[in-house]
Amino acid sequence: MATATAQNPASIGLTRPKTSIASSLWIPAYSLWRRELVRFYRQKARVVGVIASPLLFWLVLGSGFSKTFQSHGAGSAAADSSHYLSYFFPGAIIMIVLFTAIFSMMSLIQDRNEGFLLSVLASPVSRSAIVLGKVLGGATLAAIQGWVFLVFCPLAGVHTSFVGVLYAMLAIALTSFSLTALGFVIAWPMDSTQAFHAIINLVLIPLWLGSGALFPVSGASGWLRFLMLLNPLTYGVDMLRNGLFPAELTTFSPEFNLIITVAFCAVVFVGSWAVVNRRSNKPAA
Amino acid sequence: MATTQQIDRSPKAAPNSIPAGQFAPHAPIELDHLSHDYGSRLALNDLSFDVRAAEIFGLLGPNGSGKTTLFRILSTLMVPSGGHARLAGFDVSTEPNRVRLQTGIVFQATSLDVKLTVGENLMHQGHLYGLSGSHLKARSQEVLERVGLTDRKNDMVETLSGGQKRRVELAKGLIHSPSVLLLDEPTTGLDPGARIDLWNYLRILRDEQGVTVLVTTHLMEEAEHCDRLAILSEGKLVALGSPAELKSEIGGDIVQFETASADAATALGSRIADRFGVIPAVVDNAVRVEREQGHRFLTEVVESFPGEIVSVSVSKPSLEDVFIQQTGHRFWLDQGEEKQ
Repeated sequence: MATATAQNPASIGLTRPKTSIASSLWIPAYSLWRRELVRFYRQKARVVGVIASPLLFWLVLGSGFSKTFQSHGAGSAAADSSHYLSYFFPGAIIMIVLFTAIFSMMSLIQDRNEGFLLSVLASPVSRSAIVLGKVLGGATLAAIQGWVFLVFCPLAGVHTSFVGVLYAMLAIALTSFSLTALGFVIAWPMDSTQAFHAIINLVLIPLWLGSGALFPVSGASGWLRFLMLLNPLTYGVDMLRNGLFPAELTTFSPEFNLIITVAFCAVVFVGSWAVVNRRSNKPAA
Repeated sequence: MATTQQIDRSPKAAPNSIPAGQFAPHAPIELDHLSHDYGSRLALNDLSFDVRAAEIFGLLGPNGSGKTTLFRILSTLMVPSGGHARLAGFDVSTEPNRVRLQTGIVFQATSLDVKLTVGENLMHQGHLYGLSGSHLKARSQEVLERVGLTDRKNDMVETLSGGQKRRVELAKGLIHSPSVLLLDEPTTGLDPGARIDLWNYLRILRDEQGVTVLVTTHLMEEAEHCDRLAILSEGKLVALGSPAELKSEIGGDIVQFETASADAATALGSRIADRFGVIPAVVDNAVRVEREQGHRFLTEVVESFPGEIVSVSVSKPSLEDVFIQQTGHRFWLDQGEEKQ
């Protein structure tokens, strides 16, 4: 048994540092964000993928599609090969962002299985900090990948202003954030990466296909058009177009695109916050 | 069978650990009619006991006894469905963040990020507990010294051995100077040397820092290291006390007669009961009797019932005997019901 002198001062709260609300949100969030980035650049294969995969995607898909569309003579936007390549350029960026963002949240399932998440959940950080750190971490990686892709603008025949590029970067950042948060909501209740893959294929591919990335909303009709209008990603893609092709008239007004994209960010972020905040009498992890 | 209650009502938590001039604190861990059910299955059944300040308290039970459930509740990962659990006076259900600040947790599964260095893992953990800057650096250094891993600070966790990783887990759990440390099966997967090390660290924490340590275990040998123990079976508290107290409640020796079959054991058991006026326990195909001067009793029984007994043994009571006495079945009977 311990004696009176063995009592730890910390156990009666004397040396405990005062934690303000600010530090209990931003420091843990920053810490979790930084962890995502450090883990990323320590895995060199992922770094290589960031640079190489966008280029590959765009060249292969873009060239392939442009030929196809040309021979069928379909759509005004795809009237000639080089035009389609530039039409497809924002769509390709969004696809890259989509994949990186969503797949980065696979690490959430890994964290859960490895026990890291347990220790985070058992710590006194606010649940918002967990969501913020994790989502911002994934979003940063996705956004960087999207931004890297902007380097190919001249090759794609995209000639925009400096402000246009900044606007495009904002569109990429917002889309990265919302898609990462979406990935978070999907990944949170899962305990296997296989199940995650299945859901991804079910939800995300259609999300991208019907986002105006491959063909414009104006070219679609009936139920497809309706679905495309419901798809929040449509407005992200269109917003990116606003930045990259400032002279062209996009499907929706730039203001409308911005509002919807920001709103989408807010909705999925609140959604991820809600799933994390559920305390229950079921095992948390 | 009334032993549980008797010991449960022991004097209030460790009066000698209250520093002079301090208001009397709560017991570090208080369970008050704590129950939990997973839908239909009752995992914890009305547990009430206190863990005293600065003791190493063991939660011993076979798989499926409710240890893991209790650990989840104490680590604030799950809200109990009935009753209360308080850590340092704070209710785990209503004040989880107060509880979390007071508690260091070492989970059974590794919670380290293997792609980060030892120092980075500690830094992240510190950030989660509201530490930062130079204070965090100093604490990292302190806890690493405590577990003897100062020289591995900049090494990637994936390069450490199992025992070293467990020590980093311990350091991680201690980074915010908790008054209570919870460890779930902490020696799982460790070699004997690393086990001994770990127990030494826990004793140092108890003696030098006055940390209250709660350890879950399914290993009898481990439980022997604890100051006090709660033995759980099927979600119920079946015994509470120091290992020596628990064993001393079993009078004298444990005499065991093995027979050819379970039926034969039952028959032999009732005949021993008739003849000697004792209450034997029949466990599988063996009959167990607690008895002073076991060797004499053994001779008498063997002479009385020749040919029915396959083998005999006399031993001092172990914690397993305590378990059998309290529950009427073997410790490992319900093995594998719960995960891990």
